[in-house]
This record gives sequence, structure tokens and C-alpha cells, in this order.
Amino acid sequence: MAEAHPVGFQYVVEAKNRGARVIHVDPRFTRTSALAHTYVPMRAGADIAFLGGVINYILANEKDFREYVVAYTNASMIVGEDFQDTEDLDGLFSGFDPDLRVYDQSTWQYAGQGDVGQPEGAAHADRETASGLEQESHGPPVPADVPRDPTLQHPRCVYQILRRHYARYTPEVVERVCGVPRDQFLEVCAAWTANSGRERTTALVYSVGWTQHSVGVQYIRAGAIIQLLLGNMGRPGGGVMALRGHASIQGSTDIPTLFNLLPGYLPMPHHRQHETFRQWVDAIRHPEQQGFWANAEAYAVSLLKAYWGDAARPENDWGYGWLPRLTGDHGTYQQVLDMIDGRIKGYFLLGQNPAVGSAHGKAQRLGMANLDWLVVRDLFEIESATFWKDGPEVATGEIVPERCRTEVFLMPAASHAEKEGTFTQTQRLLQWREKALDPPGDCRSELWFFHHLGRLVRERLAGSTRPRDQGILNLTWPDEEPSGEDVLREINGFDVVTGEPVPNFTALKADGSTACGCWIYSGVFQDGVNQAARRKPGSEQDWVAREWGWAWPSDRRTLYNRASADPEGRPWSERKKYVWWDPDAGEWTGYDVPDFEKNKPPGYRPPDGATGVEAISGDDAFIMQGDGKGWLYAPSGLIDGPLPAHYEPAESTVRNPLYGRQANPTHKVYDRADSPINPRSAVYPYVFTTSRLTEHHTAGGMSRQLAYLSELQPEMFVEVSPELATERGLEHRGWAHIVTTRAAIEARVMVTDRLRPLRVDGRVVHQIWLPYHWGGQGLVTGDSANDLIGIALDPNVLIQESKAGTCDIRPGRRPTGGDLLAYVEQYRRRAENNDG
Amino acid sequence: MGVRTWIEGWPVYRQLTGTDPLGRGAAAQSARSKGLSARTGTVDSMARSVCPYCAVGCGQRIFVTDGKVVQIEGDPDSPISRGRLCPKGSASKSLVTSDRRQTRVRYRRPFGTGWEDLDLDTAMDMIADRVLQARDATWEDRDSGGRPLNRTLGIASLGGATLDNEENYLIKKLFTALGAIQIENQARI
Ligand code: SF4
Repeated sequence: MAEAHPVGFQYVVEAKNRGARVIHVDPRFTRTSALAHTYVPMRAGADIAFLGGVINYILANEKDFREYVVAYTNASMIVGEDFQDTEDLDGLFSGFDPDLRVYDQSTWQYAGQGDVGQPEGAAHADRETASGLEQESHGPPVPADVPRDPTLQHPRCVYQILRRHYARYTPEVVERVCGVPRDQFLEVCAAWTANSGRERTTALVYSVGWTQHSVGVQYIRAGAIIQLLLGNMGRPGGGVMALRGHASIQGSTDIPTLFNLLPGYLPMPHHRQHETFRQWVDAIRHPEQQGFWANAEAYAVSLLKAYWGDAARPENDWGYGWLPRLTGDHGTYQQVLDMIDGRIKGYFLLGQNPAVGSAHGKAQRLGMANLDWLVVRDLFEIESATFWKDGPEVATGEIVPERCRTEVFLMPAASHAEKEGTFTQTQRLLQWREKALDPPGDCRSELWFFHHLGRLVRERLAGSTRPRDQGILNLTWPDEEPSGEDVLREINGFDVVTGEPVPNFTALKADGSTACGCWIYSGVFQDGVNQAARRKPGSEQDWVAREWGWAWPSDRRTLYNRASADPEGRPWSERKKYVWWDPDAGEWTGYDVPDFEKNKPPGYRPPDGATGVEAISGDDAFIMQGDGKGWLYAPSGLIDGPLPAHYEPAESTVRNPLYGRQANPTHKVYDRADSPINPRSAVYPYVFTTSRLTEHHTAGGMSRQLAYLSELQPEMFVEVSPELATERGLEHRGWAHIVTTRAAIEARVMVTDRLRPLRVDGRVVHQIWLPYHWGGQGLVTGDSANDLIGIALDPNVLIQESKAGTCDIRPGRRPTGGDLLAYVEQYRRRAENNDG
Repeated sequence: MGVRTWIEGWPVYRQLTGTDPLGRGAAAQSARSKGLSARTGTVDSMARSVCPYCAVGCGQRIFVTDGKVVQIEGDPDSPISRGRLCPKGSASKSLVTSDRRQTRVRYRRPFGTGWEDLDLDTAMDMIADRVLQARDATWEDRDSGGRPLNRTLGIASLGGATLDNEENYLIKKLFTALGAIQIENQARI
């Protein structure tokens, strides 16, 4: 956090100065470790073993916050009889289909609900379309009337299932799998549990060190289980905080430029699952379900009204027929392989630099070299714009400029200072930026570019009667360039008759009388005022600072904050009060906007047969979940299991000590010769991981072009421990090269005890660390760490495993030209023949 | 200059007797530095902005004189950053003003070995033509079972996490209406 989110880290330091204990768990000692009380080095890719050990510690010692757990989680719910755990099936849950490598999830359901489970065909489609991501803002469907045992004694209640599942994750096993000594592990467990409960809360912070794994979603699930068991969710000072890495990466997930989503986490329609409007809407709202997703039809119709205006009518299902359909995986890695195969003609790059920033760099560049045309919109001449003249494949002869057919348009972009608009930062906070000046020369904003591209395309198609052109011709697309605020008003939503902005998403209608571009952002233009532009100085506000910017949904700064009060609506403690029920006023009140219906009393119980918002009890703190509860156990919705289990990374140097299953049985790989994965082999004996430096940003497009930042971190390097340096003859400040089955790259050697050899399962594991910011363009250049990384994806969200891989490292520079290809090939052959 | 003025002009005296015992402020000021004023004091305009790098979302103040950015500073009003910026945020003036920035459209024709100039409007027309050609050449009306597909797999787009919400909204809206579904960004990696 101190390295990649330095200014956010000021609060950690401040908390530390006020007595908080800071623990840092990381394969590498960083600036964060330097300021932590306890630094715990561990093996990259073993986090679920570690977190599972913490869960086991909590349950074995009954350290859970019992009142919270019984009231707000699904601990008491009883799971169906047919469920079998990884403990029973040596690393598989019940329902595994070995051909499709997915689960039939029906046996994971709560008792009596078996028939609503997801069959494997649907689960397969869900993996292909990364449907897990839809649950960023809501849980998958479950009925509300589930049998429970509030004493938590029933052998099939979630609490007991959790106990059995993690019973083997003992401190000894944690030591064996993670390389963390028993005493140090127990110190973390003791500190975490002692600092949680009525009077105290603990925050858990992670970043892509958790998401970029073939089991990434389950890493975060494991963290969430701990935080729920300890009562740290929805409370001040608690939570599971994702630190995201781009100025508006949260915004571009909420209002997605992602293949599988529409704004506000509505799914892109799938050709079979969502053939009709009704199928699509019912798949989102789950008619029997409780919670705010029951109103999904209003969100969906309002989006279609925002897209197609008057042309969206009840008789044409609001234009649903114009929406394109998914048939499977259309994610960025699939796309790159399709480019190599010649299936994609044109590619836009909008401020992203995959030649350096995406896994398996060679595939990225070879894909781009096989397009009809490429449009690069960026501030600088980045590597993804120049692969055809000076990329690594030009040096090896794999790309020859005179034979590379890709037509390239490098379109200069406006910087953040030269346009107005909102970024959504890592805590869901929208902040409006004022425009400081006009962009220079031909530089233009994306708003300008896409407005005019749309205008030009529509002019060319004007008068067409082809069915395929009606969606674009009927699109609401003004002739004049819109301002940022014009678009933000459309995102907020409005009454289609009066044009008045809607106050929030509860005002949206399914009858076509409202339009709304992104329902979760509804309210950002409440009262016709740009709420994201609020800038009352922090010094003039309380610590929640509600008059700065605007947070979705409905300006709630801490999600699920109903859980900061006890079931009766009283603060858990004076020290930790945040949102509570005021019985005299008959409303929820506190420091934040309550994440709950304002006037629903804590004692409210839904009438029999209630659905939707009416079915939310006065003590259902997790209002977007189908059952109102925080999920310790996920009875549906996750491709790879209802509980996190430790699997080895797709590339690992050790055999899974816990189960016969080596890697996540459902993770996604592309089985083709040009997307290889290292076999477990003595040829690739070391673990490597990558991360950011404070002084650079992602693929370097915004940092290696700047003199100050380039001077601060001038060169690609690799960190190794003194022990590994001795083992391989590596010299501090000398050259080394690192090899995987995909590439060999070179870097300067930094010998440092920031990395330590670990004892894992009885032998020494060496770990190597690399920054991933370098490429061939800019003031400082170097080889790209992402060239080393393979395409093995998490099954829920299709994110690649770039935080744990295997490699070799050798002294000296790598070969060049054709020799480089032969060198990598020779490694691959040795690994296949398993001759280390 | 009298003796008294001379002594009071001595920084260590001011440091020991004044309100600046650490000697990092007024005590250390020279006559020259006393006469200086911040360039942010005389600017034409100031825009309240947000750092373009990571998602902490630190507040920035961007100062402009004669149509040029002369300074970018942390915004002390921001309850997120309280005036602070890290090395990247602090360097963002050079991001905006760098002479390495591309300010003209560059064009590489198929099989070309170098960049060529291209007029912005011409480039926009060429891109619009290519989008429609690629779309028509790869259009899929229905799947083998007759269910609607309404799409093209001939066009892809990558990137959005550095852009504004309003921009991402228009990008998704336009591509969706064109039937282009292969739209991705940094959140996938
Ligand atoms: S100044 Fe640094 S910490 Fe703050 S938003 Fe910018 S990059 Fe992030």
C-alpha cells in the first residue's frame, strides 16, 4: 500500500501513531513492511492456506463475534444433504463434471432448495462470460425461507461445514504450505482476533496481489469470511478494502467497458440464456428473491430508454432486440488469440498498453501485427503503437515491418487537465474534475472522439433500412458535442416527459417513464446539482466528509453500514457507533447515509410470501444479497466452489500439500501451442511475482515518458535473495535473465534481503521479484516482465494469474535475435522431457 | 544597517528567539526569498482536479497562465489527500506539458516502415469507414438455432480505466449499438 497507493497509506501511519497495530503479509519486504509492526513473508500463491488457517483459528477457539455472526451472516443456515466438501472428495466439491471442468452446483444449495441450483451447462456459460463479475453489486439468487439453526450446532449448518472444511488448516499446515513459521502465524491470528469485536474493528486491505490468480476470487472470499466471522463488515475501521490501480478503474467497472456487462452490473445478454427481454430481466431480478435487485426491470428499462429514447417502446421490448448477444468468452485474452488467428479486423486501444501491460506480451504483439487496422488513443507514442517497427518481435524476425499489414492510427488524446468529467476512485467516490485548459494540437478527449465517430457512422448509415442498422440509427446521439455534464445527467437518469433528474434509483420505473444510463449512479445529479463536484473542504467537515464528491449507491460512504448497529438498531459500542435507529424519529440516522430503508424499524419482519424490498427484514444488513445475509458459504454463484480451498497456482514448484487436486480444477486456460504453461519441472525451479514501484505506473505509458519519474527509477531490475544469488552466481548490479516457456527477459540484478528463501513442504523455495513497468519506448526502456507470464485465468472473472509463476534465472544478458527463440525453445523441450 | 537590525538579520537569532525553533520557516528566510512570491499567486486561473494515476483519487489544483499549465499541486481541501501527492501525482505537470506528448495524428500505412502525417478530420473519416467495413464483413444476424446475435466479432476495444465515467458511458453505448461486444479494459487484468 505504501508503494502503490502512497497517499492512502498516510491514514495507516496515522492510525499507527494512534495505537493501531499494522501487519503486512507479502512475499517481498516493501515500504509497507518497513512501517508495519509485523512483517510476514510468505510464498506467492499460498494465501488461501494462510487465510484458511486464520479461519480455523477463529472457529477452533470460538473467537467469532457470535451475535454478529448469528444475526448478519448465513452461519445458521442449513445446507442440503447431498453437499460434499473438498475434505470428502480430495480437493473437489460435489457436482464436478470432468469433461467441462465445471460444477453442477445444485448440491451446494441450502436444504430444501436443491432444485434451484445451477446445472453445469449454465455454469459453463457463466465461466465463459465471467458472470461472477455481475455480483460486484449483488448476490446471486437464493430464496429467503431457508431452514436455520441459530445455535449453530446442526451438523449441516454453514458454521459447522466451515469448521470441518478448515479443520486441517492448522498452524503446522500453514507453515508447510506458506513457509510462515507457526509462531509468527499465531501472532497474526491473535492480533487480528483481539482487535475485532464490539469495541474494536480491523481493516483488511488488498490489491491485485490477490486478484491476479487462478483462484483470485476465492482469495477475496477467504478474506471476507474472516471479516464476517469477526464482525468487521459494515462498520467503521473495518471492511475489505480493494485498492485499485487506475484513476477510474472502479468507474470503468461500474459503467463498464467490459464485454460481459452493461452499466450498473446488468448482464450483457447471452444468446441462449437471455433470448427474450423477459428472460433477461427475470435472470437479473429473480422474481422470488428479496432485496433491491427485485426492481431490476426498472433499471433495465431505464437503461434501454437512455440508449434508445422514444424508439424504446413497450411493443418492441424497449429496443431489447437491438442489443448484441454473447455466445461465450469474448474477453481480452480470447480476443488476442483471435487476432493471431485473423478473426478480428480492427482494434481500439484507449489509454491501455497491452504490448507491455498484459500477460504473454508476445501474443499481444503478434495479435496486433495481424489486424487490418489499429487505432491507438494515447498521450504518448507507446509500445502498442510501435510494435511493427521496433517491438521485440522485430528483433527476433517474427515481425517484419514490410510484411506487417496492420494499418495504425495514433490519435493523440487529451490529458486529465484538458477535459472535465468524473473519476470514480477506489472507495466508489465520484469526483468531478474541472477543465483547466484546451488540449493542444490534434489532442482530443474520448468524449469528443466517440461523439464524432458515432456521428460519422450514423451519417454514413442514414436512411438504411437494414435491420442491423436500426439500433445505431435509433440511438439517442445528439448532433452537437455533449458536455461532460450532459452525459452525467443521462447517467443519473431523468423523467422522460419533464426532463427533470431523478433523485435516486428508487424513482426509476419499468413503464418507460424514466431513462437512466447507470442505475447505481442515480442521484449523482440529484436536485439538478452535480453532486460529484461538491468540494467542501475536509477541514470544515466531520471525518466522514459527506460533502466532498458523491459515492454510489445514494451517497453511502460505507456499504452495508446497517451492520454497524446491533440487530435492535443500537450501536455495537459507543466507540464504534456509525449508523443507528432513532426510535423517537422513527428513522435510521448517524454519520453516514444509512445503507438501509430509512424508516424500516429493526423489528420489522416481512409478511409470508413477501418478495423484493418488502422481504428485507429489519435486521437484514446485507440488503443486496438474496437472503439479506453476509455469505460465509456461497450456495451458488461461484464457478469454483462454495468455499475457498487451497490450490496451487497453475505454475507451481510444489505439489499441493492439502489435496490431490493440484490447481483450481475449474480455472481457464487456452489449450494451444502459442499459449503454453510451464509444467512443474526442475527446469523452472523458482517462483516469481511482480508488482509496482511507487515511481512508475502500470505499463509505463504515463511514467517512463516523464523525466523526474524516469530518473527516480531508471532501469528494469530483478530482486533476488543473497542465497539465490549465490546459488545461481548472480552479481549485484550485474545482468541476469529470467526464463519461462514463453520468453526470456533481461534485467539488472538487485541482491537484497527484501526477499528471503522460505521452507515449504520440507524444502527451500526461492522467490524472485520483478517490477513490470518497462518496455521499448520512453525515456527509460527495458524488457517487459509481462512477457514472462502465461494465460491462466480465474474462472469467475477471467483475470490472469500474474502474481505467481515459475521461472529460471541465470547470470548474464539474454541471447538476441533468432538465438533468443532457440534459447526459449530449448528450455521448453527440456521441461517437456523433464530433464532438469 | 544598525547593530540591532544586523543581529536580527542573523537567521540563528531569529531561530532561537522567534516562533520557528526548527529553522525551517520564517527564521531561515533571506531578503531574497522574502521578496519572492509563489507562481500560483499570479496565475490566470486554477482548476480543481484529481490525480490521473492511481485510484486513491488525490485532489489536485491546476494553475494556468497564458494558456499553459504552470503548476500542479495537491489540493489541501481534499479530505482524501489533504494536500498531498506522491511522486507520480507530483510529476503530473510534466505529464501534461511534456514535449514528448503526441499532439499530431500519426499514420502508418499497411506494410509501411515509418509514420506519416494525417489530417485529424481525414483520420476520423477513415476510421468511421473502417469500422463500418469491418462490421459488415463480420456481421452475425443469428446463431445456428435461429436465435438473435446482432453482432460483430470483427471489432475489439481495450481500455477505459484512465478515462472519465462519461467517456466510458459513450464508448459502451456506441459500441453496443453497433453490435461490437469485444469491449474490455484494465479491470480484466
Ligand atoms: S498522488 Fe499518488 S497516491 Fe495520490 S492519486 Fe496520484 S498516484 Fe495515487
